[in-house]
Amino acid sequence: MTHRTTDAPGAAITWHHLDADDHDHGGGATVLGFWIYLMSDALIFASLFAMFGVVSTSYAGGPVPRQIFDLPLVALNTALLLASSITFGQAMPHMEAGRIGPTRLWLAVTGVLGAAFVGVELYEFSHLIAEGAGPQRSAFLSAFFTLVGTHGAHVTVGLIWVVTMLVQIGQHGLTGEIRRRVVCLSMFWHFLDIIWIGVFNFVYLYGVIR
Amino acid sequence: MSTRPVHLAPEDHGTAHGHGSRRGYRIGVALAILLTVIPFWLVMSGALPDMAVTAAIIFALALVQIVVHVVSFLHLDTQSEGGWTLLAFLFTAVIVVLTIGGSVWVMYHLNTNMMLMPDSAPSTMR
Amino acid sequence: MTETTLKTIFGRLGWESFPIHEPILFGTFVVVALLGLAIVGAVTWFRLWGYLWREWFTSVDHKKIGIMYIILGIIMLLRGFADALMMRVQQAIAFGANEGYLPAHHYDQIFTAHGTIMIFFVAIPLVVGLINFVMPLQIGARDVAFPFLNNLSFWLTAAGAVLTMTSLFIGEFARTGWLSYAPLAELSYSPDTGVDYYLWSLQIAGVGTTLSAINMVATIIKMRAPGMTMMKLPVFCWTALCSNVLAIAIFPALTVAFFLLMLDRYVGTNFFTNELGGAPMMYWNMVWIWGHPEVYVLVLPAFGIYSEITSTFTGKRLFGYTSMVYATVVITILSYLVWLHHFFTMGAGPAVNSFFGIATMVISIPTGAKVFNWLFTMYRGDIRFELPMMWVVAFMLTFVVGGMTGVLLAIPPADFVLHNSLFLVAHFHNTIIGGVVFGLFAAMVYWFPKAFGFKLDPFWGKVAFWGWVVGYWVAWTPIYVVGLMGTARRVHHFDDPSIQPYFVIAAIGALIILVGILGFVMSIVMGFVKREELRDTTGDPWGGRTLEWSTSSPPPAYNFAFLPVVHDLDAWYDMKARGYQRPVDEFRPIYMPRNTGTGVILAGLSLALGFGMVWYMWWLAALTFVALLAVAVGHTFNFKRDTFIPAAEVAATENARQPLAVGA
Repeated sequence: MTHRTTDAPGAAITWHHLDADDHDHGGGATVLGFWIYLMSDALIFASLFAMFGVVSTSYAGGPVPRQIFDLPLVALNTALLLASSITFGQAMPHMEAGRIGPTRLWLAVTGVLGAAFVGVELYEFSHLIAEGAGPQRSAFLSAFFTLVGTHGAHVTVGLIWVVTMLVQIGQHGLTGEIRRRVVCLSMFWHFLDIIWIGVFNFVYLYGVIR
Repeated sequence: MSTRPVHLAPEDHGTAHGHGSRRGYRIGVALAILLTVIPFWLVMSGALPDMAVTAAIIFALALVQIVVHVVSFLHLDTQSEGGWTLLAFLFTAVIVVLTIGGSVWVMYHLNTNMMLMPDSAPSTMR
Repeated sequence: MTETTLKTIFGRLGWESFPIHEPILFGTFVVVALLGLAIVGAVTWFRLWGYLWREWFTSVDHKKIGIMYIILGIIMLLRGFADALMMRVQQAIAFGANEGYLPAHHYDQIFTAHGTIMIFFVAIPLVVGLINFVMPLQIGARDVAFPFLNNLSFWLTAAGAVLTMTSLFIGEFARTGWLSYAPLAELSYSPDTGVDYYLWSLQIAGVGTTLSAINMVATIIKMRAPGMTMMKLPVFCWTALCSNVLAIAIFPALTVAFFLLMLDRYVGTNFFTNELGGAPMMYWNMVWIWGHPEVYVLVLPAFGIYSEITSTFTGKRLFGYTSMVYATVVITILSYLVWLHHFFTMGAGPAVNSFFGIATMVISIPTGAKVFNWLFTMYRGDIRFELPMMWVVAFMLTFVVGGMTGVLLAIPPADFVLHNSLFLVAHFHNTIIGGVVFGLFAAMVYWFPKAFGFKLDPFWGKVAFWGWVVGYWVAWTPIYVVGLMGTARRVHHFDDPSIQPYFVIAAIGALIILVGILGFVMSIVMGFVKREELRDTTGDPWGGRTLEWSTSSPPPAYNFAFLPVVHDLDAWYDMKARGYQRPVDEFRPIYMPRNTGTGVILAGLSLALGFGMVWYMWWLAALTFVALLAVAVGHTFNFKRDTFIPAAEVAATENARQPLAVGA
């Protein structure tokens, strides 16, 4: 149904949009908005990678990557994070089909894997600091701790978000609003896995062989 | 440029980014695992004698893996959100390259041209 | 209480942190405190707290948030301008034996605060506020994509401003220049609270700016009225889109640079230190990756404003709309390729310097194209020289000079002579005052009747105009001259008496600008006094061409009773030309987002977090950090975010509306 004005016989111009359910103010923009946020977060990491790239050999007489990077541990962590990305992928079709139980189960598995990732990273950090290879030792170590730590902080935020969604799915079921949030969370989680590709290749693996 | 009016039905975005093709997703998972294992294996086993070649390979694989993840996990394609997500992604990719490449280039020249101090300035960069 | 207990509670805050021994600061404090008390008293007396809280502070209405941004910008403009006057007076008298009236450590804080405030808390809030107010109306939307986020963004910006202002009376502000270069800003050289105030203020405000930019981009992409394709998007919205895209692209670099400097200062890392491999120049590199594009973040919307006004006041469609859009997009990308021209002299060498020098010169091409588009729009137009149009003409005459000195500075060998001189300072004031500030005033005059339903007082508006334009030229021409002769920037005392006349003239210019600023304040006051006479009953006081003029002045909360359908670039002009009639019945209920106080609470907690970190009150920082997380997560448990305006209320509002010039 539309309001029309006639300026010439037979020519009707539609001036107004009268859809009854135009109360979406923004709901439809959530995924795009979140995507744009992820792009800006990607640039946060780009700046941290740039910083790391600039000081990646500024060891200042301190430890070098080959001495301190424990590749089997990094491989374990990489596997944990990749596995968590895959388990999140398992949750999504269940959510689309509206199956609350399996959705929550896979989300919970994702959360556990993510927590294990953060745990391993904290172990690695504490070990390095105990060895005297803390973030104050050299510009290289400052950049290493900050880049990897910022990623870890993001994963931690993701964990809080996973727990929040587990609770909210329990409270409200899989409503449109909840689904939208889980979609955003999945994008966030996969995004962090993508950042980690940069971290394990450019920081750890390249660090060891350069 | 989107020519579509803005009024999407309230819920069509929920699935717009959803997991459309399961097959594409499974291929993505397989590739992701493969592309993670190869660089670790290359470095940990020292399979290639030349470190520069190894570095080039792991860099290339990393870029491929990023594309794989973006396509099969983040479901980036030309269709979603009227192409705006793709446009945003490409713009961001350009900015990422400029930020990292530009900074390293600029700082390399600054370090090369300016005073070198043994052990402290990042002069060890080559 | 023992020393340790006091330290645990108050960190490094002590009695000596309050500048009671500095007469200038103490006097300012007394004046500000009295004014503040008077305002608080008046608000309490007239029982306005409830009204302000319900209708403004917690509002998610983009128009009210836009107006609050602009009020914040104007208040901070007064502060920033007070700093400018103090500097001009100091430089006019501090010659030879006369040391001036400002001690060096105070003068250094003033030039730092002036730059920081003018960019982050004047220019950004004014630009963001205008986009907030105008853009949704122009695209025919009822609000922005994320209304709550919009409110939060505003309050975070305000929290940053409050933290900066706090440094005036508790402790000190930074003395490191407006971008706080490393290694000077490192803990070893700047151990007091100044740099910490700076970093926390700007980080908090920066989060707000980034969120706001994401919000605006999502709004423009997703919420345009039906039929409004991208090539029917008003130019101001195009420039707003590019400006915000750019903001999203650059603010991460600044955030990271500040974050790493914070780590250096608080954790003892070595990013930008002189020891253990630190790379101080990387800080410059990162802040300028933000800094140069930021100029375009500010000036692009101003270009959009000039385009809208030129088109309206010449009664013509904008000349070269398509080329204007492409020029804007090209500037957006090019502006990211020029950052190194801020440190040509730091030794990057010929290859790097040539690249960035040429990129800088290239950027003047699309900008020049825009100037010609405005001129061709005016050519053979039916030009009405009302106040907004006067600002546009003043802009073109002033800004072109700033652009040309910019191209001059883009030549690396010339820059080696002019780097860090007052010539550079004159150049960027020329572009920012002539480009951004004139545009903001043009916009405020132009859209004021839309926001408040009456025009600003034209006499005082002209006083403001002439004060600013004449004042600008009187103040900055001598600075160009002494800069070209080699006078360095940020100097608190001069030995050579032969350059004193230039600084005296510059100080007179600053006083003329003061007349302009007071004139602007008076144009608001007198506009309010004479509001019945200046009332806009049509909703379209200037003969506008875009959709914001199709609704009433001020617009109802829902903006449009029915969402418009767009057929042409100048949508409202098209509607008027084809005999559009405003619908008077069949109104429907309209869903709107509900107001919320969460934004105020989150911003308040951020402010307390920043204050705690500045003063090393770790308990306060930890507590507010946990509270921030709790409130943010808690907010997601609130699912009742909508409210609706019943059809009867819409009908009543629409029927109470004055008849349009067209239709009805």
